[in-house]
Amino acid sequence: MINTSDILQTVRMIADEKLDIRTITMGISLYSCADPDPERMAAKIYDRITKQAENLVKTGEALEREYGIPIVNKRISVTPVSLISAASGDPLRAALAMDAAARETGVNFIGGYTALVQKGMTASDRKLIDSLPEALSRTERVCASVNVASTRAGIDMDAVRLCGTAVKAIAEATKDTDASGCMKLVIFSNAVEDNPFMAGAFHGPGEGDCCINVGISGPGVVKRALELEARDAPFDQVAETIKRTAFKITRVGQLIAKEASARLGVPFGIVDLSLAPTPAMGDSVAHILEEMGLEVCGCAGTTAALALLNDAVKKGGIMASGHVGGLSGAFIPVSEDIGMINAAASGALSIEKLEAMTCVCSVGLDMIAVPGDTSASTIAAIIADEAAIGMINGKTTAVRLIPAPGKNVGDEVEFGGLFGRAPVMRVSPYSAERFIARGGRIPAPLQSLRN
Amino acid sequence: MDTVNKAVVTVLGRDTTGIIAKVSAVLYKHDANILDITQTVLSGMFSMVMIVDLRGSDFTVLADDLSAVGTSLGLQVRIQRNEIFDAMHRI
Repeated sequence: MINTSDILQTVRMIADEKLDIRTITMGISLYSCADPDPERMAAKIYDRITKQAENLVKTGEALEREYGIPIVNKRISVTPVSLISAASGDPLRAALAMDAAARETGVNFIGGYTALVQKGMTASDRKLIDSLPEALSRTERVCASVNVASTRAGIDMDAVRLCGTAVKAIAEATKDTDASGCMKLVIFSNAVEDNPFMAGAFHGPGEGDCCINVGISGPGVVKRALELEARDAPFDQVAETIKRTAFKITRVGQLIAKEASARLGVPFGIVDLSLAPTPAMGDSVAHILEEMGLEVCGCAGTTAALALLNDAVKKGGIMASGHVGGLSGAFIPVSEDIGMINAAASGALSIEKLEAMTCVCSVGLDMIAVPGDTSASTIAAIIADEAAIGMINGKTTAVRLIPAPGKNVGDEVEFGGLFGRAPVMRVSPYSAERFIARGGRIPAPLQSLRN
Repeated sequence: MDTVNKAVVTVLGRDTTGIIAKVSAVLYKHDANILDITQTVLSGMFSMVMIVDLRGSDFTVLADDLSAVGTSLGLQVRIQRNEIFDAMHRI
């Protein structure tokens, strides 16, 4: 029999410390939907998704109720669309079908409007990237991603340039809502095929027909555990406390993933061991770093604190789940984390420091508002920098920048809900125009002599 | 005992008369059998943990009725399947 204090600890984690399951994401293969006729392709995509995910939201809600833990999002990821729309040459029709299917099934986001172009672009990939401004402004729930680099292929600088231009065009196409379309595009290096988190989720080409991936959360639980068990203690104890907490959180993720998979009759894919913050008080990754002894996130010591956190979360979680995958680590999206928002607004946290932080944690420059007049080449160059960090270090990195139209440093962009708000951050005013104009590929790096 | 149908009821809040009686009455109405109760009052704060065997009861209706009792008493009353606690606290 479980003892009373353990039971009350679980209840407290959920009720007071905002422990939740961040997302149940159903990955669906669209390989069977390719068709030379755009209308038939769209119809096949709609039918495939609505049939496969018919009970996803209902099942998620039932689990939420029975286990007493919030499951914040129910989502779908699909095969990278550029592979499916190659036959018809019309990716936009696919985006509209995905959006309609997302509405019908009741999921809040559907990811996979994606092109994997780390080595080169097909005509279909290029069409998809060119269609991003229209696709993301005409749909509500579709999320897009482009993988522009990998450790084995290097960086496709032509794709990087196109993505920089696309980000600017999406901002312009959605300027009435503070460039909200940019929140739905992630540009990756070393993208993973089983990530359940948006906006970068897609159902990789090596995946099966369908699977269930679960993303966990719980920054508030980790912070509270550190307050109670490791205040001013040596780092050994900090790491141990984080590991123990991550284990418990991940076990809940594993339970929900197995149960969802059984009830939906779909194989269990992975649990993504991520600390995903929300803008709510008490749900911040930055506050965990501050609990370790930093005056404010962004000061000296931040990178080391984040490295410890990221590693301990993985070590604690890995034994708690049969299959760990996705992005697994601590997320640092600026607008979605109250501690990051405050640190950025006070000037303690800069893009350059965030870039350093992305070397030691999950993902990258995420949900960062930059001045609306930032040039396409500067955005492309930021993407290239981040892609280089991922490529050299053999890890996933990503960029999700929002060049907020008409806004400048000192202004703030309000996205609402889980997306939060972002103080516009300073970017270097110096030009990378000639660097980006070159195009071509940055060769894949050496895998030895790692200094 | 079949663990599949076990659930944990937790009641937290300010102490008042009739809490156990009212919560138990709901469980009785739904034919849920109480296997274990732990209850404490610390500085006026009431906390109770009940392990119950749901047997044939409808989880959703029972959960609704328990939360209604909670509202009427001004307390938080939750019911959760036992597996979530096993998962978190047992290796």
